[in-house]
Amino acid sequence: MARWIRWVVGVLCVAVLVGAIYFPILRRRLRLAAKLQQQTAEQARRELTQAVPINPGEPRVKARLFWASGNGDGTLLDSTVELPLSNDPVLRSKQVLNTLLAGPVDTDLRTLPPDAVLLAFYMLPNGTAIADFSEALATATPSGIQSEQLAVDSITRTLEANVPRVQRLKILIHGQEVETLAGHLDLTGTFLVNTSGVQVAPAAASVPAPATSPSGDKPAAPATVKPAQAPMTKPAREH
Amino acid sequence: MADRFGMLLDVENIARMIRCAWGRGSFRIGALFFFFVFGAVALSISAQAPSQTAPVTPSAQSPAPQGLPTTPQGLPQTISPAMPRAGLNVVVLDPAHGGTDPGARGTGGIRESEIVLDFAAQVRRALEAQGFQVVQTRQGNEDPSFDDRSAIANAQSGAVFVTLHIASTGLPGTARVYVNSDLPVTTDAGGLIPWDRAQTPFQGLSRKLGDLVQGLLAQRFKGSPNAAQTAAVRQLRTTAAPAIAVEISSVVVEDRADLDRMAPGVADSIATGVAAFRPSYVVPTAGATP
Repeated sequence: MARWIRWVVGVLCVAVLVGAIYFPILRRRLRLAAKLQQQTAEQARRELTQAVPINPGEPRVKARLFWASGNGDGTLLDSTVELPLSNDPVLRSKQVLNTLLAGPVDTDLRTLPPDAVLLAFYMLPNGTAIADFSEALATATPSGIQSEQLAVDSITRTLEANVPRVQRLKILIHGQEVETLAGHLDLTGTFLVNTSGVQVAPAAASVPAPATSPSGDKPAAPATVKPAQAPMTKPAREH
Repeated sequence: MADRFGMLLDVENIARMIRCAWGRGSFRIGALFFFFVFGAVALSISAQAPSQTAPVTPSAQSPAPQGLPTTPQGLPQTISPAMPRAGLNVVVLDPAHGGTDPGARGTGGIRESEIVLDFAAQVRRALEAQGFQVVQTRQGNEDPSFDDRSAIANAQSGAVFVTLHIASTGLPGTARVYVNSDLPVTTDAGGLIPWDRAQTPFQGLSRKLGDLVQGLLAQRFKGSPNAAQTAAVRQLRTTAAPAIAVEISSVVVEDRADLDRMAPGVADSIATGVAAFRPSYVVPTAGATP
């Protein structure tokens, strides 16, 4: 074999060897780049829609946030986080919900999709809060009774622990009332959050039914509820 | 004219042939036999006709009073809980999702809508073995609306409702039963329950049924809870019958056979639980939560 042929074969072998070593590294870098790009897009979206950044000037208080316990059994575990929270219930609700949406350090314990964003939050004088989330809450929450209940429970229990003024919660998706969160959990009614300030219905009398309009419109939430029926672990839903 | 005349001749010929044949004994016997069989068939059809044409549902038998609001599907929007029902005989089985809605999807291509159909077939057999009549809300890959599924249950006399689901989450190999969140008790002035709160008077019975089935599931599937849980399941809210949702974990299993192996145990637990619930089945009165 001619000497130059031996050189060429040798160089080719070295090139193949280098390629074999470099290919997995290249693939890993590409995956990382794709992930970073995804995170950047998510961050940009958050920054655009994050109406209420946490103000460092506010007094720092211990906020209780409810994420998944990690047992896989659909239970929540509260984590205490020191946050500079406003005294205004609407601003405070936005702050704790945005922190809840940002997720825990361990991303496996998330209860809400990473892409979901709180678009708006309002409070009515009767203690009913309205939280408007982006479509990602409905499209990216895993479909199932347990997972959807976990998502709603984490929201209601976080509000219950940090914003006593919120008594009931209505969840909207992109400004609209939707029938279910991701195919199972009913979002047409309101969820009970804090029972302490809720007016108690007379024991013997049933709660008057809201007028059922012939057009099929959804009735408004009843004015009174029975707080004894609302277990603390699973906030009851009103309709 | 000529044709008519020809036809008349033909008719006359036929009549003559019949008269000739009638004289023979064998033809007479054959003709009598034919009329006898024809008459018997006609009588049996007329006897069956009312059961085929009569409405089989209480709501159809007693249509909603005039002036009552109806759902977009034309269903009455209020339900009388005092409809006559004689014991628990029917189980309405609801394989969730279907059609364009696959429900939960696993990474291995497992689709909730397909698996619940297979589960439903096994649950159906187990229930029929216990003597129940089973009505399914869907047989194939259709996707009836929530209200249409509830309407099937609400039209039955003496029924319970079981909706079957496969979760995206949860400990693999476990099963949970859900009953609807407590709804405030409401009736309208006429003692009727609004359609969108049809579950209200049945909440206590649903809890009892749910606990029975969950207890049996917990014995078979370790890690499952011991009692039924509460959740705002949309499908249950408009169902005017003791109603539970059974959710199996989960579509994330790598091998579908892991879920298929659970089906007999789930089917038996549901059938045994419903049979054990039968003596507790009492129709609640309007505005009451037993």
